[in-house]
Amino acid sequence: MTTFTIKLNNPTGLHARPATLVCKEASTFKSNITLKYEDKQGNAKSLIAILALGIPADADVEVVAEGEDEEIAAKKIAEFIASIKEA
Amino acid sequence: MKKGIAASKGYAIGKVFLYEEQEVIITNDLVNDTSVEMEKLTHAIKLTKKQLEQIKEKAKASLGEDEAAVFEAHLLILEDPEYIDSIQNEIKDNKANSLHAIESVTKGLVALFEAIDDPYLRERAADIKDVSRRLLANLAGHTIGLEINEPETIVIAHDLTPSDTAQLDKEKVVGFLTNIGGRTSHSAIMARTLEIPAVVGLKDITSCVQNGDTVIIDGTEGLVIINPDEATIRTYRDKQIAFKENQKQLKKLKDVQVVTKEGKKIEVCGNIGKPEDVLQVLEYGGDGIGLFRTEFLYMDREQAPTEEEQFESYKFVLEKMEGKKVVIRTLDIGGDKTLPYLPLPIEMNPFLGYRAIRLCLDQIEIFKVQIRALLRASVYGQLAVMFPMISGIEEFKQAMEIVELCKKELEKEGRSYSEAVEWGIMIEIPAAAVMADELAKHVDFFSIGTNDLIQYTLAADRMSEKVSYLYNPLHPAVLRLIKMTIDGAHSQGKWVGMCGEMAGDEEAIPTLLEYGLDEFSMSATSILGAKKKLLEN
Repeated sequence: MTTFTIKLNNPTGLHARPATLVCKEASTFKSNITLKYEDKQGNAKSLIAILALGIPADADVEVVAEGEDEEIAAKKIAEFIASIKEA
Repeated sequence: MKKGIAASKGYAIGKVFLYEEQEVIITNDLVNDTSVEMEKLTHAIKLTKKQLEQIKEKAKASLGEDEAAVFEAHLLILEDPEYIDSIQNEIKDNKANSLHAIESVTKGLVALFEAIDDPYLRERAADIKDVSRRLLANLAGHTIGLEINEPETIVIAHDLTPSDTAQLDKEKVVGFLTNIGGRTSHSAIMARTLEIPAVVGLKDITSCVQNGDTVIIDGTEGLVIINPDEATIRTYRDKQIAFKENQKQLKKLKDVQVVTKEGKKIEVCGNIGKPEDVLQVLEYGGDGIGLFRTEFLYMDREQAPTEEEQFESYKFVLEKMEGKKVVIRTLDIGGDKTLPYLPLPIEMNPFLGYRAIRLCLDQIEIFKVQIRALLRASVYGQLAVMFPMISGIEEFKQAMEIVELCKKELEKEGRSYSEAVEWGIMIEIPAAAVMADELAKHVDFFSIGTNDLIQYTLAADRMSEKVSYLYNPLHPAVLRLIKMTIDGAHSQGKWVGMCGEMAGDEEAIPTLLEYGLDEFSMSATSILGAKKKLLEN
């Protein structure tokens, strides 16, 4: 299991558009990837689960990956979330 | 040529698209062979995916990447492990039929989303519903809905629900016609919001045309011409150009303040249903919000909106209006509007029954949530609150007792509210109009709701096609009641607004102005025309 914690910088939070991108990115890995925010967690390969987390701007998000490509998966997804910046 | 009710002004020439959505019938029947059911589901998902991909590509080409992104989300929902796995489990574990499995899983998710604090994310429930609707239709072998791919299309339907009209793509749909409905039905109001011409109440238009016919809509006169000749088309093209030019001229009136010859300022305001409608009112130069129909916050969902959600909505509108007055009407449910999570008694005459303030004073807990949200939002602008369907002073006093109770609660919790909120009533029951001078002693303002006032005064149901001819805003009895209301308010130094469709009716405006009406509130798109008319007088 590999875990990274990052801050979401996107001023509008993890809304439909960025969540769509995260979901697509996560789906390219074999590992199970989970996003954790406060006391909630959701499957990063499920758009519905990501949206249901309701992650706002400046939130601390934990990315947990488990599986054969977990290291690269957790790192990539964490970087990806941290880099999202919408106008 | 056919004549109906002119619902939204302007001219359109286009090709007919007949819209007939079949209802998908869902039973609780269990299945024996779950593998057959799974296969059906897989097939429907595939088909839905194909359709969504096509729509996405088309949207990309016609509307751009940004607008197409929503279909990207729809496609992901369709492949979503949480969603699809749950549906499959319903079938495998519970032997549910595929339609029922989709319906129950969707309902659960929608409820989950509607409970989220963030208003934007809450909206995503609509996306899940949309995907499920398409899936269900594909499973049932129906062709799905209002998907217009051709430009210059005129949609013709028996009726259009608010969600149908909300999905109309203005880029392709140039107008619509319906068999039923009136000037104040949802579809008509939506047409004015979208600024596309529409004629409603045409009775049998769906059986007079075929897909692909050419039709002219004259939304100004309420006329429809089926398969017109070249000369007629040319005439209407000219009218269309002149109309658009005139609209442009009207927009110049946007920042003009209406002042009467006597030097009295008249407020021309907008009516809104959803918080975001406030943007259009600003765009058309409204002096304020004269009616925020809060029931729209309660409709099309699985449970009542929380205090927090309502607070955010009211705050949003107050902030956007930047100190201009915002009149918010408390929940007006019952009559023709019902909520899935609030069972109402079956009544012989729902319009004379358990609705609006009557319901709120009976179900105080529901009412309190709204009052608390309003009070909390009051610090963000100039708020006025009005109670609908007041028949006498007792109801207003009872409502104000609940307001006081909520204020005390908020004080205890250390939350702030504004003391400058104005508290008023709707005048829509003739009894209230007759007693206006007495009522005016107790309230801060009146707002005349003409749609109900007219139907109650003339005992004519505006939805009933057979008697709708009796529904006349300029009936002398209606005019007298309006005058009594205005005189009554002014005798106590209070102001009066009007938030029914009549306030934007150019024929009625001179009379209302003469009676001394202080505020006119209407659909945003009527504001400029009304300003022009008011300035002429």
